Amino acid sequence: MARGVKNVFATTAGIVAVGAVIGLVAAFLQKSGNPANMAICVACFGRDIAGALGLHRAAVVQYMRPEIIGFVLGSFVAALAFKEFKPTGGSAPLARFVLGMIAMIGALIFLGCPWRVILRLAGGDGNALFGLVGLVTGVWIGTLFFKSGFNLGRTQAQSTGTGLIMPLLMLGLLALRVVFPPVAGEAQSGVLWYSLKGPGAAYAPLLLSLGAGLGIGFLAQRSRFCTMGAIRDVLLFKQWYLMFGFLALLVTALIANIILGQFNPGFEGQPVAHTMWFWNFAGMLVAGLAFALAGGCPGRQLFMSGEGNSDAGVFVLGSLAGAGIAHNFGLASSPTGIGPHGVSAVVICLAVLMFIGFTNRK
Amino acid sequence: MKHKVDARGLSCPQPVLMAMQAMRANGSGEIEVVVDNEASRENVARAAQSQGWSVVVDDLDGGEFRLSLAKS
Repeated sequence: MARGVKNVFATTAGIVAVGAVIGLVAAFLQKSGNPANMAICVACFGRDIAGALGLHRAAVVQYMRPEIIGFVLGSFVAALAFKEFKPTGGSAPLARFVLGMIAMIGALIFLGCPWRVILRLAGGDGNALFGLVGLVTGVWIGTLFFKSGFNLGRTQAQSTGTGLIMPLLMLGLLALRVVFPPVAGEAQSGVLWYSLKGPGAAYAPLLLSLGAGLGIGFLAQRSRFCTMGAIRDVLLFKQWYLMFGFLALLVTALIANIILGQFNPGFEGQPVAHTMWFWNFAGMLVAGLAFALAGGCPGRQLFMSGEGNSDAGVFVLGSLAGAGIAHNFGLASSPTGIGPHGVSAVVICLAVLMFIGFTNRK
Repeated sequence: MKHKVDARGLSCPQPVLMAMQAMRANGSGEIEVVVDNEASRENVARAAQSQGWSVVVDDLDGGEFRLSLAKS
């Protein structure tokens, strides 16, 4: 049966609309209680979930973020509705776990994923410019590996049960959040940890956060929205499709922030950010290269895991482990600057990425 | 003879890279690319069209797609 492209979201207008919706939702979530210039940062919220589960004990970044749960479940619903749910896996899972770990460590040295690079820029945080340059540099190095034959190998079909593990895991996390809700003044509620101050204590109401996550997950699954892919495709193929979504997110969030009074240009005193420009650059370079080698930004990995892609699921679990490692071993930065072992982390992570990159060329 | 590219089991950017390589190597004619996910189908079609190739997509069994690229 011959057919044309009929996915309206996979058009230039579609991806621009999706980027714009994410930008608007981010600004609105921030207005509704989420942390400033973070709003819907995938790495930060993954780190908060790791904290809520007690994988690290950084008291200021612990919250079971419903947005992340919604991303996977929204994508899962879209994939089911459009018959794109397809359990696959088996493409170098251990390498993907390590890439997820390293991506998270790099992101936490910068203090944000590519989504937050955009949202910090849209909030006026000049330090994010160095993160953006680092991200582009990391992805560019990734394209050099692709050109020299880098490939993590083919996936195979998996059982339906395997494909359902990530959506079910997210349902489980949602159940924990509902059964053990935050209690005022208590750092623990049942098995979950909750921040009493700091970014982890800033959150929008549960249903709002979950609804926003579900909606974005649905739209992103349809449009294939990916911030790393946006940069990669321009560098590698001069394809601007995903970049239009990236730019739409930036422009919309910027306009919304100006209207809502959330735009504060400058370098000093920016929310949950440090001013060590080189490490902002280097942290995001590490993360960008890890995302490129793994084939997607942290958001895209969540959306793919909702489609039944267990390789993306392994990356997500690796990033949760990375969040634990980053905070437990002093690799993560704070608003005062990089952690005590942040420099070593950048060097070691880069070395591991080079190892994975050079040893997987076919 | 039709140039064939098997990109099943691969996720982007590999299918697009392989299709682009085939388009560059052949210059014109017919190329058949088989992929097994929607995102790759869309990306390969988009890349081929941007290079001036026509694209016809056939649904195969098991969620696979055959993209027939042609340029005269």
